[in-house]
Amino acid sequence: MQYLLLIYENEGASAGLSEAEQGKIFQEYMDYTNGIRKKGNYIAGEALQPVSTATTVRVKNGKTLTTDGPFAETREQLGGFYMVEAKDLDEAIKLAAGIPAVRTGCIEVRPIMPTPKPE
Amino acid sequence: MDFEALYREERPRALATLIRLLGDFDLAEEALQEAFTAALVQWPAAGLPANPCAWLVATGRHKAIDRLRREKSFAAKRAELAYLGEAVAPAPDPGEEPFRDDLVRLIFTCCHPALALEAQVALTLKTLCGLSVEEIARAFLVAPATMAQRLVRAKGKIRAARIPYEVPASDRLAERLDGVLRVVYLVFNEGYAATSGDALVRRELCNEAIRVGRLLHSLLPATSEVAGLLALMLLHDSRRAARLDAVGELVTLEEQDRALWDRGQIAEGRTLAEAALRRGGAGFYALQAAIAALHAQAARAEETDWPQIAALYALLLRLHPSPVVALNHAAAVAMGERLDRGLRLIEQLEATGELSAYHLLPAAKADILRRLGRRPEAAAAYERALELVTHAAERRYLERRLREVGSASDA
Repeated sequence: MQYLLLIYENEGASAGLSEAEQGKIFQEYMDYTNGIRKKGNYIAGEALQPVSTATTVRVKNGKTLTTDGPFAETREQLGGFYMVEAKDLDEAIKLAAGIPAVRTGCIEVRPIMPTPKPE
Repeated sequence: MDFEALYREERPRALATLIRLLGDFDLAEEALQEAFTAALVQWPAAGLPANPCAWLVATGRHKAIDRLRREKSFAAKRAELAYLGEAVAPAPDPGEEPFRDDLVRLIFTCCHPALALEAQVALTLKTLCGLSVEEIARAFLVAPATMAQRLVRAKGKIRAARIPYEVPASDRLAERLDGVLRVVYLVFNEGYAATSGDALVRRELCNEAIRVGRLLHSLLPATSEVAGLLALMLLHDSRRAARLDAVGELVTLEEQDRALWDRGQIAEGRTLAEAALRRGGAGFYALQAAIAALHAQAARAEETDWPQIAALYALLLRLHPSPVVALNHAAAVAMGERLDRGLRLIEQLEATGELSAYHLLPAAKADILRRLGRRPEAAAAYERALELVTHAAERRYLERRLREVGSASDA
């Protein structure tokens, strides 16, 4: 069973961190990623550029509409994700609880909908 | 053959095992229903099987497989049958243990923290207790369609997010058990606290909560808090007949006719509470049960062991600090040590403003002031409590007390 672990954090909070503190967090992510790779849970994972670089796209009446930024103002922003293989929700929750951002932000755990894949 | 009793007795265990075998709540519920229908026909003629639960599970499983074969399109059926391979393979063990384990699985899955609390409650009442959607809806004063939707959503999440059908690992067990106990206590309080609504359904909620409490206690006999919760519910419930007078007015603990208390339930609750305290690890429920037991063993209100109750509240306050526990502690201190000391604690609590909307704070203060003979101040506090109270019977109680001390403006 596959789950997407969506990492939400307040982007502003990490901007004020010193280089040493940022380096420490980077190392935590490296350790975490290596850990779940070794256990065979890791499928993919990336960090995202800040929300200020985001573009929202809609198509209305055949016209492509683009707007700057995300569609809603929220305290926490999507900052990255992991896609993992887990045996059930309990294991996925355990994996989510290990992501460094879980202490300052939150992780949304979403099961991937099983869809027939082309043969 | 008393099918009603057999149904009540066998349903939870059979359902719990069918859910594991079939991997789906709805399919298992339908299969069990069909198995019971078959039992209604066969048992009176052929006699009761040696193990009715195992019979129901085996029959239910075959009914489910038949149903899937009938209903599914070929493509879907192929996938489903491949999955059912697991379900078809193991013959159900007639022994007790697997059924018991499945019941524990069912309890923990219904009370999984990834489900909303209200969904946990609804799912527990529906699957474990076998209440109908209409009964649960009536108990929680929501439309049946809303309750049905809540259950559909919960079962959908169990399926789609794959909430496991398992007893939590030992490192998570205590934490998850807290969640289970919270659901059971919530069901009990829903039936006990309110005196409005459908009395029969409310009675049913208390009975079901106690039934689940007994089940948990039989599965986890060494856990103090499980015994404590069962004791607490039994002790509260023992006073049911004395809580309302002939015209439905709420009667305070102090004024209840103690002859109406259920002595058998009190004895059972006391034994459980005392054992839980002796074993250690007594927490939120076991301490409250011990307090309820002290109230229950006083033959007359004046004989209540208030000093010991105050000591237990002090312990509870240390373990689970909350303004409501602090208020109860203050009231017990007033009764057990000195009225003015209790009053001071209540005034300190009042100053924090945490309970500014809670009618029992001015009500407790008013009672102490009344006992101290400070009638105008007592009247003012009763008037404040009356501004906040919502429950009709409690309102009448406060109004009666206010008349006794005279209104504040008379003074």
